[in-house]
Amino acid sequence: MLLVLALLPIVGALAPALAIRVGRNACAMAAGTVTLAALVVLAMLAPAVMAGETVQVRIDWVPLLGMNLNLFLDALGLMFAGMILGIGLLIIIYARFYLAKADPMGRFFTYLLLFQGAMLGIVVSDNILLLLVFWELTSLTSFLLIGFWRDLPEGRQGARMALAVTGAGGLSLIGGLLILGNIAGSYDLTVILQNREAIQASPLYLPALLLILGGCFTKSAQFPFHFWLPHAMAAPTPVSAYLHSATMVKAGIFMLARLWPVLAGTETWFYLVATTGLVTMVFAAVVALFKDDLKGLLAYSTISHLGFLTMLFGFGTPMAAVVGVFHIINHATFKAALFMNAGIVDHETGTRDIKRLGGLATLMPIAATLAVVAGLSMAGIPPLNGFISKEMMLEEASHTVWWTQPWLVPALATLGATFSVAYSFRYIVHVYLGRKRDDYPRPPHDPGIGLWGPPAVLVALVVSIGLFPAVVAGPLVEQVSRAVIGGQTPYYSLSLWHGVTPALFMSIAAIGIGLVILSAHRQIAAVWHGLALPDAKALFDRALSGLTRGAVAFTARTQNGSLERYIAMFIGTAIVVGFAGFLGSDFVAGNRPTTAASPMAVVGWLALIAATALVLVNHRARYVSLIYIGIVGLVISLGFIHLSAPDLALTQISVEVVTILLMLLALNLLPKTSPRESSLPRHFRDGGLAALAGLGVGGAAWAVMSRPVDSISGYFWENAKSGGGGTNVVNVILVDFRGFDTFGEIIVLGIAALGIFSLLETAGTGASGRRILAWQPDTPRSPEHHPMMLVVATRLLLPLAVMVGLYIFLRGHNQPGGGFIAGLVISIAILMQYMASGYQFAAQRLRADHHTLIGLGVLIAAATGLGSLLFGAPFMTTAFDYFSLPIIGEFELATAMLFDVGVALTVIGAVILALAQLSQVAQSAEKQEPLETPSAMDIDPSRDGPPLVPEETVK
Amino acid sequence: MISLELLVASAIGVLTAAGVYLVLRRRTFPVVLGLAFLSYAINVFLFAMGRLVIDRPPLYDKAADGYTDPLPQALVLTAIVIAFGMTAFVVVLALRSYLETGIDRVDGMPDEKGKP
Repeated sequence: MLLVLALLPIVGALAPALAIRVGRNACAMAAGTVTLAALVVLAMLAPAVMAGETVQVRIDWVPLLGMNLNLFLDALGLMFAGMILGIGLLIIIYARFYLAKADPMGRFFTYLLLFQGAMLGIVVSDNILLLLVFWELTSLTSFLLIGFWRDLPEGRQGARMALAVTGAGGLSLIGGLLILGNIAGSYDLTVILQNREAIQASPLYLPALLLILGGCFTKSAQFPFHFWLPHAMAAPTPVSAYLHSATMVKAGIFMLARLWPVLAGTETWFYLVATTGLVTMVFAAVVALFKDDLKGLLAYSTISHLGFLTMLFGFGTPMAAVVGVFHIINHATFKAALFMNAGIVDHETGTRDIKRLGGLATLMPIAATLAVVAGLSMAGIPPLNGFISKEMMLEEASHTVWWTQPWLVPALATLGATFSVAYSFRYIVHVYLGRKRDDYPRPPHDPGIGLWGPPAVLVALVVSIGLFPAVVAGPLVEQVSRAVIGGQTPYYSLSLWHGVTPALFMSIAAIGIGLVILSAHRQIAAVWHGLALPDAKALFDRALSGLTRGAVAFTARTQNGSLERYIAMFIGTAIVVGFAGFLGSDFVAGNRPTTAASPMAVVGWLALIAATALVLVNHRARYVSLIYIGIVGLVISLGFIHLSAPDLALTQISVEVVTILLMLLALNLLPKTSPRESSLPRHFRDGGLAALAGLGVGGAAWAVMSRPVDSISGYFWENAKSGGGGTNVVNVILVDFRGFDTFGEIIVLGIAALGIFSLLETAGTGASGRRILAWQPDTPRSPEHHPMMLVVATRLLLPLAVMVGLYIFLRGHNQPGGGFIAGLVISIAILMQYMASGYQFAAQRLRADHHTLIGLGVLIAAATGLGSLLFGAPFMTTAFDYFSLPIIGEFELATAMLFDVGVALTVIGAVILALAQLSQVAQSAEKQEPLETPSAMDIDPSRDGPPLVPEETVK
Repeated sequence: MISLELLVASAIGVLTAAGVYLVLRRRTFPVVLGLAFLSYAINVFLFAMGRLVIDRPPLYDKAADGYTDPLPQALVLTAIVIAFGMTAFVVVLALRSYLETGIDRVDGMPDEKGKP
């Protein structure tokens, strides 16, 4: 049930996007139905929660990381979920009539439902990692909603600012919650909430608190992070009404309430949270009075009321928490109604500027009535709900002592309430009362029920909670307060009349002074606007552009386009990390007995070192360095033979041949030498990096080899013959145990070959093509294009080499050999034909298409692997049996051999595709005209009749 | 007495150093050579993870009194072939880039003035 509730809006977000194809009404119906369905599910869960139960769902997701789909719904979650869905439903109805025909409604409702789902996720998450995901989702989806009118620059900038501020806060919250989770030993809120003592005693309490508050204060627009909220007013009014009354900005308050049992009650908490809330409440109330934009006024009013709530939770007393819970409900009701009302005024008169309004009461009686009731509630006038919670707040403030000053909090709270009265009455008086004007941008009249209905529902709540608080809101407030406090609630009474208390006098003073201030509004406003107050947006923009400039400068300095520098940084970083790890450990030399080196081994080592040194010294002479690097490859092959790895030796030597051939072909077109261009310091830097890297890798190799081995290979050894049907364990591993690796590998090889093909196939075009045409041989050429000796020798060798390849292939399963090596040997045999007789000769006779060969190889390997599935065995299980034939005797057939055929075909196709393509480019650069007549050895098999050898070609 | 392990470890170190030095050059061809050296070094390093054993090829025989670890060999065999694929691709990439720009510097930038 709970899972359905959490997922419904997010999954349902698709519905309006699809329904908009039918029409705008269908679209709004779809969004409304999804929300209504979620509300019904919530209502079904509500009785249990209201009886004090906690509904839980636990689904493992990534248990190793402690990240699970653990959800829970207690009374606090229930209240927020109710506001999110209930007000959400009203907003959907309102938005249907608010949005213009040109607005893409499908997108709007999709965003809205996504946002709704994210908010819902926050309030029902048990796992804090899950909660953080939803928290970030609210930042992202609110970005989409605030910037919904993409063509408005204010919308885009406001959305960006909101995302930057709340996103940064989100990062802060991640840090804080992770610390909290680590202290408690669990990422589940239900567990964390049981660990108050451990958390408050931890030395990490303060950092965790600061980080969490960073997240809450940015989200809930607390001073000095409040500035994004007024700019977010560029959003369509339904969005503002939704985000800034009941949802987005309440998320921070929700976190404060949720974590109240474990974080609150310390001095740090009191001074940080209560002070921030108090300052925000007073400051924003003052600013709100001087905003001429209706939504701007409401935005600062929202900030002020968020400060009000923050302060209450900051007091840290159970009683203040009860009042906070109550005011969350009250604020959501009257503020959402007022935002919708501001939208109505904007919609009907064409302006939100208070200075251009006034006297609307008789023109728009319904809207006026709603505005007056909601506005009076915001001002804290009895008998409305805003009055009760404000009265209770003043009561709490009146006995709160701040730094030994008992008067400070009550005085400032009264000041805040005073300005609250002033701006609330300004909304009522300056918009609706006064004389009618004749210069409204549009002739105002009451809107249809679609626009005034939703706020009317909320206003009805405002009145009914005000008149019968204990009946309408009492049970919910009681349960939620218990959930927040984590225990029994103190004695309190929700009623209009609390007797003659200090709060009553504070309230009366606030109303009186507030009205006086409003009557002198014109004069005070003139002074206020004369003050040179810092503009938060300008500061923010300056800070942001400073950051951007810094980032650009930093990037330009580090990322200068020089690959050498990047590689040096990579290698340098690897060296630093590696050596830091080594120096930070307590390294002990290994004690495995070593093997004595034979004299031949020493000779081989000397040859390798000498060849490497020669490459380094001669690397500018490119042909020569290729010969030396060939020696290195040869010594490594010999080393593999010596160290019991015949398969590796065979592979290495055949790869060596192919690689050198390839490099020779490429070098034919490349410059033959490298110029000297590195400075001496550069040589020292590179030499130093190289020496350190060599020391590190060599040292690591030594450290491993001097320790005993504990391998998993026993399994392979035991099962190679019985399970895989082969005695060459390496080959059985390749084609059976780890056949999937091999399969992936031949695909990679095929892709590399196709990449080479595509690089070279197009080399004849554009700048590259012009260079090939203009290319001049820079080394002496043999007078013979195709040296006769070489041609004869390679053609004689071809069948022999293919034979050897087949032999290596067939024995591979039991003796050193196999598909890779066979493929390479056969490729070399064919490549020799390309080398000796030219591209044209070889291409004419090699009928097989290389691309097909690669594809066929991969497909055969895959089919073999899949074949085992038909017999109920896992992917790539080998089947084998022994047969006997006359003359040949007993022999084995294994499906692994078929797999190896695929490997061999892919290798042949890939190698020949790469080299043939390269030699074709080389040939076109040499500008060899295709021979008109065949040369002596060239007999074209495709031609009928006896070979024709014209006299003149045999010269 | 020189041990085989020391020879192999030092060879790996020298191959790595040569590879790193060449990879840091400005022209493409030495960089390709450097990548080849690094491939050698890494393949031998991986191979050495199975320790050095003489005359015990991993060919199954009930009578064998020991065998070398076949798993690193299988891994290195694929690594050699993959390294070939990579080297081949990088060589051709270097060639194509040279043909496109007329210069074989790794970053494709023309030479600075006053330098050959």
